[in-house]
Amino acid sequence: MSWTPWNNEQMAINIANDIPDGSYVNLGIGRPEAVANHIPEGKEIVFQAENGFLGMGPVATGNEIDYELINAGKKPVTALPGASIFHHADSFAMIRGGHLDVCVLGGFQVGRNGDLANWSTGAPDAIPAVGGAMDLGVGAKSIFVLMTHTTKSGEPKIVDEITYPATAVKAVRTVYTELAVIDITPEGLIARLMVDGLTFEELQAKTGTKLIAQ
Amino acid sequence: MRSHELIDKRIASVEEAVSDIKDGSTILVSGFGGAGSPIDLLHALLDQGAKELIIVSNNAGNGQIGLAALIAAGRVAKIVCSFPRSSQSEVFTAAYRAGKLDLEVVPQGTLAERIRAAGAGIPAFYTQTSAGTPLQEGKEVREFDGKPHVLEHAIYGDVALVKGRDGDRWGNVTYNLTARNFGPIMCTAAANAIVQVRSFVELGKLAPEEVVTPGIYVDRLVEVPSPLEEQKLLDAGIRRSPQ
Repeated sequence: MSWTPWNNEQMAINIANDIPDGSYVNLGIGRPEAVANHIPEGKEIVFQAENGFLGMGPVATGNEIDYELINAGKKPVTALPGASIFHHADSFAMIRGGHLDVCVLGGFQVGRNGDLANWSTGAPDAIPAVGGAMDLGVGAKSIFVLMTHTTKSGEPKIVDEITYPATAVKAVRTVYTELAVIDITPEGLIARLMVDGLTFEELQAKTGTKLIAQ
Repeated sequence: MRSHELIDKRIASVEEAVSDIKDGSTILVSGFGGAGSPIDLLHALLDQGAKELIIVSNNAGNGQIGLAALIAAGRVAKIVCSFPRSSQSEVFTAAYRAGKLDLEVVPQGTLAERIRAAGAGIPAFYTQTSAGTPLQEGKEVREFDGKPHVLEHAIYGDVALVKGRDGDRWGNVTYNLTARNFGPIMCTAAANAIVQVRSFVELGKLAPEEVVTPGIYVDRLVEVPSPLEEQKLLDAGIRRSPQ
């Protein structure tokens, strides 16, 4: 049987479906930002941006663009009715103090114990830059990671032990890839959802650590 | 009869506001990307000439504007920041690769809290952030509730350069939207907090609950009615600071 990987939109929908009603959510820079566009109609979710903004609305267009109203990716956005703005120490108190329900981050690697690597490949010539990733990694109640299942050259990114520098240890709750949704539990890594037609054996072959079939 | 002087923190120009900044100063610079970056004060500092500066800011500048202009001019010895990389941060990248400046990368929340702590009289604190990562290297780690926490020290500034919106002669300041970011905490953490605002307003014009930075934290206030905005300059293809 053949199968087609989920596209970015379907991956975002998988995440949006797992976010409980009324959650306070931070979306990491890049790919995770798309999750905001796929929250089901009528489901009220409040988005936080690390630069001191709660109640962030969609990306600004045309006359709405104001470079002093931006998201964590430094893109101009809008403010929803009920939004609030606060300084950076308050914003990270919100993050580090455990007040956010969900944070969606990108990833280079996730270890079977929930370790996350997403800030540095450790390459000697790389410019080190961490931003808010380490704070989000320890602060939010649930960390969801959105990433491709393997590297461009086909190496698994879900592994026994991460080899890239850690962002946070034992942090990740669920991994969302183009092939599967995998929960990290005390019993092991459970493949909760898979693309239609993909067998568990095929998924296991693309994964660098043992999975449990749902 | 003894005469009294009213409190008045207003300064006539950005040049005057930065005139006595010394070589080797630690300077806290507000802004998250271009939002809240005090470009006009930074350009005045460029003209003023202080060098060997230690800059504490979330980013490391874009194009050759503001912070990037200071780096390009060889005036920055070290940057303490969370995210020096961006699509147009080539000035920082070149200087860093050439070994012309030191970099201390700090997680963004730790950076904010270290600055807040300095202003609040807290010399150091423990946080879970960066525990078990390369950024805990060389730092004391202690367990609380069974989890490792990293000791982080306060960051004190000799000077803060901050962008606000409105300010009165007592130094009370408000901020525009998300340009607030690091401004309020940097004002509390620096011996000399210099704030550029779009408008000076009469004392009493700002409602007490509207004031974000109380005047006690501000030393100098300068009016820049049409501040330079990094992103607007870059959008217009202007990559160098207008001199």
